[in-house]
Amino acid sequence: MLNAPEGSDGASAEGVPFVQLVGPDGRRTEGAQDAAYRDRTAHLGTEELRTMYRDMVLTRRFDDESTALQRQGELGLYPQGRGQEAAQVGSARALRPQDFVFPSYREHGVLQVRGVDPVDRLRIYRGTEHGGWDPADHRVHLNTLVLGSQTLHATGYALGLQRDGLVGTGDPERDTAVVTYFGDGASSQGDVSEALVFAAVNNAPVVFFCQNNQWAISEPTSRQTRVPLYKRGEGFGIPGVRVDGNDVLASYAVMTEALERAYAGGGPTFVEAYTYRMGAHTTSDDPTRYRERAEEEEWALRDPIDRLAALLRAEDRWDDDWAAGVAADAETLAERLRADVRSIEDPPSVSMFDHVYATPQAQVETERAWFTTYQDETAEAAR
Amino acid sequence: MSTQTMPFAKALTAGLRAALDADDKALVMGEDVGRLGGVFRITDGLQKDFGEHRVVDTPLAESGIVGTAIGLAMRGYRPICEIQFDGFVFPAYDQITTQLAKLHYRSRGRIQVPVVVRIPYGGGIGAIEHHSESPEALFAHTPGLRVVSPATPQDAYDMIRAAVVSPDPVIFFEPKGRYWSKGEVDLDSPVPSLDGGGPDPLGTARIARTGTDVTLVAYGPTVATALSAADALAAEGTSAEVVDLRSISPLDVPTVVDSVRRTGRCVVVHEAPTYFGPGAELAARVTEECFYSLEAPVQRVGGFHTPYPVAKVEHDYLPDVDRVCDAVDRALSH
Ligand SMILES: Cc1ncc(C[n+]2csc(CCOP(=O)(O)OP(=O)(O)O)c2C)c(N)n1
Ligand SMILES: [Mg+2]
Repeated sequence: MLNAPEGSDGASAEGVPFVQLVGPDGRRTEGAQDAAYRDRTAHLGTEELRTMYRDMVLTRRFDDESTALQRQGELGLYPQGRGQEAAQVGSARALRPQDFVFPSYREHGVLQVRGVDPVDRLRIYRGTEHGGWDPADHRVHLNTLVLGSQTLHATGYALGLQRDGLVGTGDPERDTAVVTYFGDGASSQGDVSEALVFAAVNNAPVVFFCQNNQWAISEPTSRQTRVPLYKRGEGFGIPGVRVDGNDVLASYAVMTEALERAYAGGGPTFVEAYTYRMGAHTTSDDPTRYRERAEEEEWALRDPIDRLAALLRAEDRWDDDWAAGVAADAETLAERLRADVRSIEDPPSVSMFDHVYATPQAQVETERAWFTTYQDETAEAAR
Repeated sequence: MSTQTMPFAKALTAGLRAALDADDKALVMGEDVGRLGGVFRITDGLQKDFGEHRVVDTPLAESGIVGTAIGLAMRGYRPICEIQFDGFVFPAYDQITTQLAKLHYRSRGRIQVPVVVRIPYGGGIGAIEHHSESPEALFAHTPGLRVVSPATPQDAYDMIRAAVVSPDPVIFFEPKGRYWSKGEVDLDSPVPSLDGGGPDPLGTARIARTGTDVTLVAYGPTVATALSAADALAAEGTSAEVVDLRSISPLDVPTVVDSVRRTGRCVVVHEAPTYFGPGAELAARVTEECFYSLEAPVQRVGGFHTPYPVAKVEHDYLPDVDRVCDAVDRALSH
């Protein structure tokens, strides 16, 4: 079975229309149905488009280098984001600095845009941290591996913003929204439905950004839903939209609409970004066991980075010197990862007792003391 | 007799295959169990041979998996659910503890829910968060559930088949770190009977090694640790007996007590945190039932009262041979 990328005329597989502003050939679409979204990108000039391109190139380089580091034994695992750069970069570029992100584990492009340090992003996969960065620094929460769980936290955080009077003031410096990312597979979790309920009845300023990358490990999206996922919000009273997730401009436009609604007190939005996981689920996965090569090849023709490059060229926004600079930046990023990931030191074992509680706790302290003595004695005996 | 050497994982697959063959009401259900054969390949080939109707790729929702398994069981099916990793059983925890465990009781025996919930568990595989935990005590604390964990390929083969025919729900913990360790499996061994005639095939401990100075009690992944520790102790002149519990609920207290009466010392080893862990119950029972045979307090070796730590330090969190020997030294010093 094939998960077809899209129909001929701005429609995704199943013939369901989606918002598309740039076609796979890199040409702007002209359909009247997307005119309002087109307007939302009208202000994006060469510089902004080039920034998005750079974000996407760096994200992919991060992806490739991390995969290589895993292969070399420097990381325990790595989940590739290849193919989803446009959905992630486009949506994240629409955010205001004060907005808060609750990601899942594949959002390398979002973390790139938010400025989370690339080495910090890999600590979890090196097995030295369960988190890796301070969520307050870039207003990006630590992703959990328990699928769907974060959608409730995002909703609760949005309820807090509401209570704090940070919604509907009309002041762009004040109004704040939350976005949570999750996958087509995670959409089946009860937590996600509960988040939709809580967000809807409270009109919470939260965007549910679901990347339908066609697969949840080996299960195609058809195992999770009988209707297109963007309709999932409807029954909860949450408007939904499907966007071509391989079109960075469309992803940006759709996100600005959802965010505006949230800022203004209009409540949540369900965005389905229709995209494709071009790589394996993780470095432990072997997709040849469950999907067709032909499907991968067909989607490769919709590569989101190629598409934006084609647009830039078609509109004379491309410049070889600038492009060489982007390539050099990607190389610098790769070099930094190669050097700095290797030199991340293993934490001392006794640190496992740190931060279990905010205040000293008797059981933990007893065990820490025992462990410290035990370690010392073992080291002594070995000497 | 067709005895073969095979990895633990393959013995489980063979057991599942036998269970599906023996009863067409038996179903395998879970995330990625069909076409992929599960992320650990335990259900490898089963969908191909038994069809999508018997080996079902479910939506990605653990509460849904166990909750619908309960309904299927009420219709006479025998669902064998796979939870992909230990840390992901918790969305199903509500269904397991509030429903699965209690239906037989609440219906005064009118409803049986023969559901098996397979959970790969335990650490030592260098994994990220939620992929290395040992939550068995939470389930053992719940009346109405059987909680078991095989340690050898033969037990994996026998116990999974016994679990499927059990009229009671079984939480079946698979030591994922042992999946690729090999052992002999007699594929013609009869399906263990649970009719109350013989020993309970899901609740009887096994003496994995005989000894005279100390009893090491373990189950699942730590049986191998205890056996290695026994080797190390033997080299120092201490003779350790190793009891493989197989079942955490019920506990085969008589087998443990009988051993401790002979050795006078007891060390319990599990990966789960010791604080309120299975070892606490065992220590209490041993103390109650053979206090006057004990030469020393029961010692416990297990995980700490911390979340499962990052992979780079898990070697110091998990019980190893040194820590078992250290506990034995403490027991011997009395
Ligand atoms: C509650 C829970 N159940 C199971 C898993 C194991 N698991 C990890 S990723 C994954 C598939 C997720 O698919 P999707 O939500 O579509 O995200 P994608 O991997 O495609 O980005 C599964 C089943 C998990 N992490 N959490
Ligand atoms: Mg997916």
